[in-house]
Amino acid sequence: MSPQILVDGLIAGSMIGLGAIGVTLTYSILRFANFAHGDYLAWGAYFALALSGALGSLAGGALAAPIGPFSFGWSLPLAALAATALTAGLALLVDALLFGPLRRRGSSVIILVMASFGAALTLRSLLEFTFTSKPFYYTGELQIAVRFAGMRATPDQLLSLAVALVLVILVHLLLTRTAIGREMRAVAENPGLAGVAGVDVRRVVRTVWALGAVLACMAGVMAGLLIQIRPQMGLDLLLPLFAAAILGGIGSVPGAMLAGLIVGVGEAATVAVVGAQWRAAVAFVILVAILLLRPQGLFGRSDG
Amino acid sequence: MIDLFGYGAFFLSMALTYAIICLGLNVQWGQTGLFNVGVAGFVAIGAYASALLTTPDTPDRLGGFGLPIVAGWIGAALAAGIASFLVGALTVRLRADYLAIATFGVAVMVQLCLLNLQGLTGGPFGIGFIPRPFAATATNPALFAALNLALLLAVVAALYLGLERLLRSPWGRVLRAIREDETAARALGKNADRFRLQAFAIGGAIMGLAGAAQGHFIGFIAPENYQPMLTFQVWAMLIAGGSGNNRGAILGAIVVWGLWAFSAPAIAALFPPDQQARAAALRIVLIGVGLCAILLIRPRGLLGETRTVSRHLPKAKPKP
Repeated sequence: MSPQILVDGLIAGSMIGLGAIGVTLTYSILRFANFAHGDYLAWGAYFALALSGALGSLAGGALAAPIGPFSFGWSLPLAALAATALTAGLALLVDALLFGPLRRRGSSVIILVMASFGAALTLRSLLEFTFTSKPFYYTGELQIAVRFAGMRATPDQLLSLAVALVLVILVHLLLTRTAIGREMRAVAENPGLAGVAGVDVRRVVRTVWALGAVLACMAGVMAGLLIQIRPQMGLDLLLPLFAAAILGGIGSVPGAMLAGLIVGVGEAATVAVVGAQWRAAVAFVILVAILLLRPQGLFGRSDG
Repeated sequence: MIDLFGYGAFFLSMALTYAIICLGLNVQWGQTGLFNVGVAGFVAIGAYASALLTTPDTPDRLGGFGLPIVAGWIGAALAAGIASFLVGALTVRLRADYLAIATFGVAVMVQLCLLNLQGLTGGPFGIGFIPRPFAATATNPALFAALNLALLLAVVAALYLGLERLLRSPWGRVLRAIREDETAARALGKNADRFRLQAFAIGGAIMGLAGAAQGHFIGFIAPENYQPMLTFQVWAMLIAGGSGNNRGAILGAIVVWGLWAFSAPAIAALFPPDQQARAAALRIVLIGVGLCAILLIRPRGLLGETRTVSRHLPKAKPKP
């Protein structure tokens, strides 16, 4: 495998990994596969697009001028920060309107999955309604790739990779070193028992949605920066997200990130060897292989 | 008058092809509790299988084999049934939502194959000139429409009667027992995974048949007909009609297809011509909100499931 495939794969995989962490957290704590997660990613990207456009026009050219080697000005990082808050708000709103009432009624897992499927299509079509299906870009700047040891990557790509790694480490520390992280793990283990032990389960649920949405938003902004912003971007990423979450083992944050990178490298290798039109097949092949060979995933526990 | 009849027959025939898909989904979800997010994929497998078998020989693609339509329909049901069996075998013993994820993957994969395996599927342009039933009567549009409608009515009726019989058979009782209380069913010596797999394959085969029926009715198929949107519509139909109830599945298909068909001109009228793509997106939003609202407000749908124990017992009371 050429080193260039590895670089491309790691960059794409870091976005998949960030999204997969959200999927794996909601899956392990709320106990259902959320089909709307891909669309949180897309909404995050569009929130950042709208905000960065507004910031750019408010501040004149001052915020739009590219920072150093990157293709975007200060308006994008500021907008991305605000967009994470908005995406978290969106995830909490969907939970308050849809998943929360269903949970309280004691609906079965599969009703929640179905509701998330309905939410996914609604969210996606709302984006298409608002922004049309035309692709958007954060910036029109062209970037020259940096060369190192026979590989090429743009500064934007390297920055995304770095941000993704920092975020994963932060989430890992949050889960393992803080009180709320411990509470989250307790609820994942046994919600009833955690509640009896004084854990505010509803607060944990809100934290999980917010955390998953923040990561989804960051992944969406990266995908928008490196590729393009389309209403369908969430749908296209959904299967890779699920494949990575299951490959990593449900509930495992490092597992989700590592698996995201594996899926990303697999996609890059497929594009190079077989052809770009088969890229979307990689996630399915990985999914089938992991369900056949090791359904609990790389770092998961076998609990059926 | 003829036009009105023609439109009515066309509308009902399309609704009936959806009703067949709904009946298939009802075997999987309504009776057994298996969640299939890849309905569109299985319908597509059936549609393409039948098209390959029945179209006349085409130079730049495999087949067609020019077989009679009946052979195409049987082939469609077999192909989709086998595909469902394989997906089911992979996931049925795992967590419930792994099946959902795997079927979603199947739909993505089928879509990818339809687009890329040009030598088999005709690529993005799809397959045309699929023979239509009663093509000999095509010179008389009213008779042609009536015969096609009658054929689809017969298929739906036959499936309905067959499935109702199955529902009241020991096999149907085991399925519901597994859905309601798997541990109890297992304790009585029922192999839950095997029954689930059978139900999933039968449901998939019915979806494949529906795909074939739809393909032959329209005469043309293309990958864009089998987007996640189709899966979503069928789910909305089954949930609205009442999952677990075969009459509900048929009623839901007709009602939701009616709302879908008649909302098009209504919403289109609200938007200027250059905004029609937006109008189409808004229609999907309405269906999505509708599905979520039914789940929240009236989870049992228009006609809820009726409690059926055995066909040998007198008419059972509705579920409380």
